[in-house]
Amino acid sequence: MSTPTQNESTIAARPEVPGPEHFPHRHTRPARALTWSQVREAVPAALRKLDPRDLWHSPVMFVVEVGALVTTVLAIVQPAVFAWWIAGWLWATVVFATLAEAIAESRGKAQASTLRATQQQTTAHRIVASPMTPESAATFDGVETVEVPSATLRVGDVVVVTAGQAIPGDGDVIDGVASVDESAITGESAPVIRESGGDRSAVTGGTRVLSDRIVVRITAPAGQTFVDRMIALVEGSERQRTPNEIALNILLTSLTIVFLLAVATLQPFAVYSGARQSLLVLVALLVCLIPTTIGALLSAIGIAGMDRLVQRNVLAMSGRAVEAAGDVDVLLLDKTGTITYGNRRATEVLPLGSIGPRELADAARLASLADATPEGRSIVELVDTRYAPDGGAGAGRLAGAELVPFTAQTRMSGVDLPVPSGADGGVGRLPRDGAPSADGIPGNHEPSSGTVRRIRKGAGSAIQRWVLSTGTALSDAEKAELTEHIDAVSRPGGTPLVVAEQTGDRPARILGVVRLKDVVKNGMRERFDELRAMGIRSVMVTGDNAVTARAIAAEAGVDDVLAEATPEDKLALIRREQEGGRLVAMAGDGTNDAPALAQSDVGVAMNTGTTAAKEAGNMVDLDSDPTKLIEIVEIGKQLLITRGALTTFSVANDVAKYFAILPAMFVGVFPQLDVLNIMRLSSPESAILSAVIFNALIILVLVPLALHGVRYRPASASALLRRNLLIYGLGGLIAPFAGIKLIDLVVSLLV
Amino acid sequence: MSPAVEIWPAVAQIGILVLLLALVHVPFGAYMARVYTSPAHLRVERAFYRAVRVDPDAEQRWMSYLLSLLGFSLVSVLFLYALERLQGALPWNLGLAGIDPAGAWSTAVSFTTNTNWQWYSGEATASHLTQMAGFAVQNFVSASVGMAVAIALVRGFARSGTDARIGNFWTDLTRGVVRILLPISFVAAFALMAGGVIQNLDPHTAITTIEGATQHLLGGPVASQEAIKDLGTNGGGFFNANSSHPFENPNPITNLIEIFLLLVIPFTLPRTFGIMVGDKRQGWTVLAVMAGLWAASLALTTWAELAGPGSAPEAAGAAMEGKEVRFGLPASALFAVSTTATSTGSVNSMHDSFTAPGGGMLLFNILLGEVAPGGVGAGLYGMLVLAVVAVFIAGLMVGRTPEYLGKKIGRHEMTLVALYVLTVPALVLIGTAVSVVTGPGLAGIQDPGAHGLSEALYGFASAANNNGSAFAGLSTGTPWYEWLQGLAMLFGRFVPIALVLALAGRLASQTKIPASAGTLPTHRPLFAGLLAGVTLIVVGLTFIPVLSLGPVVESLS
Repeated sequence: MSTPTQNESTIAARPEVPGPEHFPHRHTRPARALTWSQVREAVPAALRKLDPRDLWHSPVMFVVEVGALVTTVLAIVQPAVFAWWIAGWLWATVVFATLAEAIAESRGKAQASTLRATQQQTTAHRIVASPMTPESAATFDGVETVEVPSATLRVGDVVVVTAGQAIPGDGDVIDGVASVDESAITGESAPVIRESGGDRSAVTGGTRVLSDRIVVRITAPAGQTFVDRMIALVEGSERQRTPNEIALNILLTSLTIVFLLAVATLQPFAVYSGARQSLLVLVALLVCLIPTTIGALLSAIGIAGMDRLVQRNVLAMSGRAVEAAGDVDVLLLDKTGTITYGNRRATEVLPLGSIGPRELADAARLASLADATPEGRSIVELVDTRYAPDGGAGAGRLAGAELVPFTAQTRMSGVDLPVPSGADGGVGRLPRDGAPSADGIPGNHEPSSGTVRRIRKGAGSAIQRWVLSTGTALSDAEKAELTEHIDAVSRPGGTPLVVAEQTGDRPARILGVVRLKDVVKNGMRERFDELRAMGIRSVMVTGDNAVTARAIAAEAGVDDVLAEATPEDKLALIRREQEGGRLVAMAGDGTNDAPALAQSDVGVAMNTGTTAAKEAGNMVDLDSDPTKLIEIVEIGKQLLITRGALTTFSVANDVAKYFAILPAMFVGVFPQLDVLNIMRLSSPESAILSAVIFNALIILVLVPLALHGVRYRPASASALLRRNLLIYGLGGLIAPFAGIKLIDLVVSLLV
Repeated sequence: MSPAVEIWPAVAQIGILVLLLALVHVPFGAYMARVYTSPAHLRVERAFYRAVRVDPDAEQRWMSYLLSLLGFSLVSVLFLYALERLQGALPWNLGLAGIDPAGAWSTAVSFTTNTNWQWYSGEATASHLTQMAGFAVQNFVSASVGMAVAIALVRGFARSGTDARIGNFWTDLTRGVVRILLPISFVAAFALMAGGVIQNLDPHTAITTIEGATQHLLGGPVASQEAIKDLGTNGGGFFNANSSHPFENPNPITNLIEIFLLLVIPFTLPRTFGIMVGDKRQGWTVLAVMAGLWAASLALTTWAELAGPGSAPEAAGAAMEGKEVRFGLPASALFAVSTTATSTGSVNSMHDSFTAPGGGMLLFNILLGEVAPGGVGAGLYGMLVLAVVAVFIAGLMVGRTPEYLGKKIGRHEMTLVALYVLTVPALVLIGTAVSVVTGPGLAGIQDPGAHGLSEALYGFASAANNNGSAFAGLSTGTPWYEWLQGLAMLFGRFVPIALVLALAGRLASQTKIPASAGTLPTHRPLFAGLLAGVTLIVVGLTFIPVLSLGPVVESLS
């Protein structure tokens, strides 16, 4: 029998796909601290960014650059130490801004180069389309292939990839199953299974087939593959400014114009007052007043935000989605695999009448030993650990057993065991080779005696029907007790599994009920509490019935439930929420998730999912961990908070700068203005210079904050506002007073 | 007359005023909300709609609302201009000839824009007919236009997912006049008459003074003008001396009534706003910011005047120069702060004579954009625009893209708001800067040095912000100032209005986002503090350089 052998080898080669077993699951690359070498490497890029045509996109910094040019010309025309100092520090201000952006971009560069390595030209084995027999078309066995460079592949081409080869492009597996090493993209070393049909059919170009052979239909042309997009994203070269960033830029530009006006009109006022100012000083005042801090760091914040997502193995296809993540009001989470471990597990046995727990547990275990479903395995696990700690000894009780598989008609499964004559309590022994014959093919085993012990497990009604059909008469008391047990299990959302047995031709008897339960992952309730505090409503989506769904929702602490959900229901729910003005986030992997992913504002597709799902979503999670939605929301919020914090800080700084510069400008004509010199700066020149230096240095000081984002802990908007306003608003008012004073102390020593 | 003697009546006066406003604003706010939302029309309104051929129930998109408003204002300017030029040939002319073109232009614009800048002496320039059919009518309609714009913006916040429809300008205009301004003015005019304000159509009456000289005193429909002058935050007095003239404002009772009138609508509109957006706490917050800034300004101004330096103030117990002894200093400060913090511009004392810090404070009130509480309507929409700025700057710090009252503040909204914030400072700064370095501009400035700069700055701040009060030192009856200030008034009024209506349209077409625990709370004291801070810093910072050369230098002398 060759087919089973091959099957076996395939199964043996199947590695365990790592699942999100423990929660919170943070598969993150180690956070990269800012190093000096990073700064050094970014300097050339920073200098290149001084090109006014590039800088024009940041009007604030463009004005600073023009100011730097003007002061340089002034310093050349009328050389003075003071003029050179001002010009130098204005240039420094611009360079610090471009440096921040260059550093932010450089952090993605390392990742981009590893990704590029996967893009080396490979040879594809393209199937020659024309002479294909119907047979070979169905199995792709023995089809003719030609070797072509991977770069020439077009959408719709079909290629064969065998063990050891790199997959030449993005596509869907249309035949075969293989384990694939995707570490180049995900950083996850354990291989994953890719097979035709179903939700695990998508493969990524540049990944490597480890075993077997698959046939792949190419879905993306060379140059527009997933890896290409990833490279563009992490390098920031494709970065487009997000809506909020544009709006913020408009505010910053208008503030710049306001201050431009204020400074430009100051000269006529000064002339009128008999205190004409030099252009140098006016430029210095202007640069200090316009919001240079946020203007310099704005794009670095955006790039760093994307980078934080990449570090968590999430690729955002648009920056808009990252911003939207901060605004999410409703989070749709699939129950299975996200909130619960994904399958029902046995947690308890409830014996009926005089039957002991051990007897019921034993029967349930026997009925499940050959049951490969997660539920079956969980029963064995439960009995072995709780009801028969010595249960290892029972490892061989399936001699001559016949598996009765589950069918939709009988709605039960079980096992028929031969009872050996004179055996001790009906315990049999396995054949010597120890391999369970679990395929249920009759005739493989020698019958040992005439008597057969039949154990059945299944839904309550099905088992009752079977028991009655064997001639058993259930007493009212028995019926009542059974109903009570079943209710006790199903009421809190569990699934009751009734176990019965029949020996020989005697009437069958019901042994009891096994409680199967969806087990909620650890830490979920805390996460949902956090979400609630952030104002985000969580909705659990499940195919379960309403009672079960509500029970699990209550246990997990979810706000709402969509039970018995079809993909259409999911889509309708998203639309309904959006009509109410809410933003919806969801995760999905299946092809039938694609419409909902496309409709949702933040749609996170799992990397294991289908191409359709990946294209519909606006983010892809390389770890395929749906709970990461929560982290994505937090990153989105952190990005926005960082922007707001630095804007507030920047605007608040102006108060102190006025107190430094204005008295310095006019104290010559109006000595009484010295009262406003509350920092007691040593001289007018050093006051102006100190303000300019502070203005430049504060950018450098805040670069790490811009790159790492401000600290974020989930909390209500009120609490966040209070905290951040205190730190960045009040801090922004006070910090420059201290900073400028300190710089003045140093400057007065030097100049 | 030492300050200590004056303190208690002053505190009592402020106490009564605040109490009255507190009592009145609750029912009055609800009433105004009903006025602007009720589907029913009064018979007189229907007659008007038929006469001007408009459908009062047709909702307008923001653009047609704006075009209606601009069309109406253009007709107003032309009508007023014609009336002023031709008054010599019209009845009740008191023997006055037509007003010269520059003056007529300036005045026509000034009354249409709710500024009521008076470069002239009312009694020596405008006929009774011009006063009544021109100025008085504009006092009503220009005020109603301001309220209509504010209500349109409130509708933008309150509505969800309309195609930018924000109400009907003609309905809003008519209802503002018929249901709000006329009835209150009517009652107020009687109250003022009872208090001693004159109301007649008499020409000059010759009287013999105690000294035996003959003086010609002009009568006129003063009480009726006075009521709407204050209620509509207009400010154009019947007499040049405005509310310091005994016929306009004879005693402390009428003084208090007038202050009450000029504050009542601006301080009540936040309530109307709260009711219309379905969350009274939002109205409370706006009111709290307005009241807080007003109170702080009042305290500082009063303190500056009481502590006024110099030998004359010491002898008088306070800086009494330019102030009416009838009212005393605190009542003058109260009136001055209220008239500059609203966009009224009527005066019961000469702002030019305030101490440097006191006058600087009045100037600062105007420069803030008159949002505390501001002109009728203009104060509310100014403050709401600042609230949008505050939400945008600090709102990001809660981790969501900025939203106010369930409406997202995106790039388009921000562009409109940014232009709004830019417009008036640009007009003020450029106008003043040009005037202090050019011959014709300098010619109008009476005082040298820092005080002169304050005068010019005040002139343009007052014009661009549609206040209308003056630092008397600036002689603006010259073509230079008449034309330049006319432009400042025109742009200072209608550019912001156009931007606000565009904003209202965009907001009305957005779907309202329900609030959650993650939404920036805009009804808490924290936000009120933030809004006040943004108002002071963002708007204030623009003017600090020029203020430091004007009032600040002067104060520190």
